[in-house]
Amino acid sequence: MEKILEVKDLQLSFHTFAGEVKAIRGVNFDLQKGETLAIVGESGSGKSVTTKAIMRLLPESSSEFKSGQILFNGKDLTKLSDKEMQKIRGKDISMIFQDPMTSLNPTMTIGRQITEPLLKHQKVGKTEAKKIAIDLLRMVGMPKPELRIKQYPHQFSGGQRQRIVIAIALACNPQILIADEPTTALDVTIQAQILELMKDLQKKIDTSIIFITHDLGVVANVADRVAVMYGGRIVEMGTVDEIFYNPQHPYTWGLLSSMPSLDSADEKLYAIPGTPPDLLDPPKGDAFALRSDFALAIDLEQAPPVFQVSDTHYAATWLLHPDAPQVEPPAAIVERMKKFPGSRYYEGVAR
Amino acid sequence: MAEKLLEIRNLKQYFNEGKANEVRAVDDISFDIYKGETLGLVGESGCGKSTTGRSIIRLYNATDGEVIFDGVNVHGKKSKSDLKIFNRKMQMIFQDPYASLNPRMKVLDIIAEGLDIHGLTKNAKERKDRVHELLETVGLNKEHANRYPHEFSGGQRQRLGIARALAVDPEFIIADEPISALDVSIQAQVVNLLKELQEEKGLTYLFIAHDLSMVKYISDRIGVMYFGKLVELAPADELYKNPLHPYTQSLLSAIPLPDPNYERTRVRKSYDPASHNYQDGEEIAMREVTPGHFVFCSEREFESLKLTSAARV
Repeated sequence: MEKILEVKDLQLSFHTFAGEVKAIRGVNFDLQKGETLAIVGESGSGKSVTTKAIMRLLPESSSEFKSGQILFNGKDLTKLSDKEMQKIRGKDISMIFQDPMTSLNPTMTIGRQITEPLLKHQKVGKTEAKKIAIDLLRMVGMPKPELRIKQYPHQFSGGQRQRIVIAIALACNPQILIADEPTTALDVTIQAQILELMKDLQKKIDTSIIFITHDLGVVANVADRVAVMYGGRIVEMGTVDEIFYNPQHPYTWGLLSSMPSLDSADEKLYAIPGTPPDLLDPPKGDAFALRSDFALAIDLEQAPPVFQVSDTHYAATWLLHPDAPQVEPPAAIVERMKKFPGSRYYEGVAR
Repeated sequence: MAEKLLEIRNLKQYFNEGKANEVRAVDDISFDIYKGETLGLVGESGCGKSTTGRSIIRLYNATDGEVIFDGVNVHGKKSKSDLKIFNRKMQMIFQDPYASLNPRMKVLDIIAEGLDIHGLTKNAKERKDRVHELLETVGLNKEHANRYPHEFSGGQRQRLGIARALAVDPEFIIADEPISALDVSIQAQVVNLLKELQEEKGLTYLFIAHDLSMVKYISDRIGVMYFGKLVELAPADELYKNPLHPYTQSLLSAIPLPDPNYERTRVRKSYDPASHNYQDGEEIAMREVTPGHFVFCSEREFESLKLTSAARV
């Protein structure tokens, strides 16, 4: 596999009137060619800020890279000038935003909006660009693209608008596509169509996708690997099977158990108590400790290092330390672990 | 089953009636809600589920049909004082906890508004005590009474919305997408609170949502709406195990579950309204296929559904 993007020890703060908000506090991950990496976490966990930092879309007046690198094909994106970044943005790395109602310009025809990146980044003429735009619209499943290209965003439904946004993002065959909650504003049936479309297109053009969402069902559907973020850090990362069937961090346990499954009986839903940490003054130890039933004394003192669970799976929790007491995960998690070869609860055929 | 609290009979809610742009948001639907149950109402945006809730509580005047609450028609002619009595029994929790609380009022006054209107407290002290009690019921504390809405997080604001609804001791609460705007971990907190309150106070809920797994979790029965019509109504488990209307089947097959193995094999069905092939003159209505399980279908479909359901048992 080929590494296309590498984020190394990224730390980023916002300067506000209330003080310095440490939104990202040391994030490390890489992205392989052709894979889909899902980033999950609640609002304020830093998932959107991470991707906006990659795109350099954060306001320079109030945000500051404290340390770290974002390596894209060997180039450090944090060091590029605005001009250099403009050549990458929309061409090599492009983005789909959450709300298709506000991410399109209401005063421009969609044809102009789709041809914009083509005219800017690729040496094509207007007629050629228009042709490509029609092909793109056809590719994302828009009926009668020749006619619709002359229309304005308000003449499309929400699902169609998201298809247009995807067409714009894919116009220059980007190497990385960042999708920030692309289906949150859509109905389940439309969501399913958009997810299928994205997977199809990924196969066709072999792009890598970073998919941000808080819907774990969507993650299970699209992701190859998953990063779980909490309080400005990645607390657990692994393949989709490792995260869903052998989770190690108490926050991942909480997330997975707070969603009712369709066959769950009437037992009480597990709710993570409390609220997310205030990153103006981040907690000293493990940011999740105060909300966790499994917190150890050391969690309040010192932030846990990263423990490797397998080659592809790691988690930042003291529970994985050799000296830590062995704890019993919540029942719903044990049920999941029973399906995972290699977990201590595995009920395999070998028994 | 328990007694009926609410009967909705042929409810119609048309907007721009008689004009070219007439919208039949709710088009002739009927169902009952029993005392102490939670009825879930699901469907895509624009299917009329929120309008149904709003027509029931008379935020809109229904175009036609009846909403019978405890034997009295809500939409019948009523004097102001009659209406006030009714308003106490039925309350609503709104979707957006950021937009549904007046930013210029203190929490104390927001929650006490209902108490003031209905004259439920005699003096300022009693009013304050009652608000403190309500705040504690929803898991906040009395220090919160003197704050403004912007000082609260989304989950806390939704708790305020619940406290406000509870202030007048209602029997029936319409919750219109109460958790859609909240984070996953906070959703579970609010859903648990709603369930606890129901057990404690014997409340009846109409729970409107598009998140189908949460609806299944909280509801006793679920109604599925499509383009202003109720197309299927069944006990929650039954609906998920044995969806009969093709639209319900497509809706259920579209939900992604947090289980990668299941996701790898999930096959999505799509729904084409033309597939029914209804002939002219065929009467399409809600018909009871198995006890408690209603499907919006024609006589012809009804017969075949009955056969397949009988074969399954």
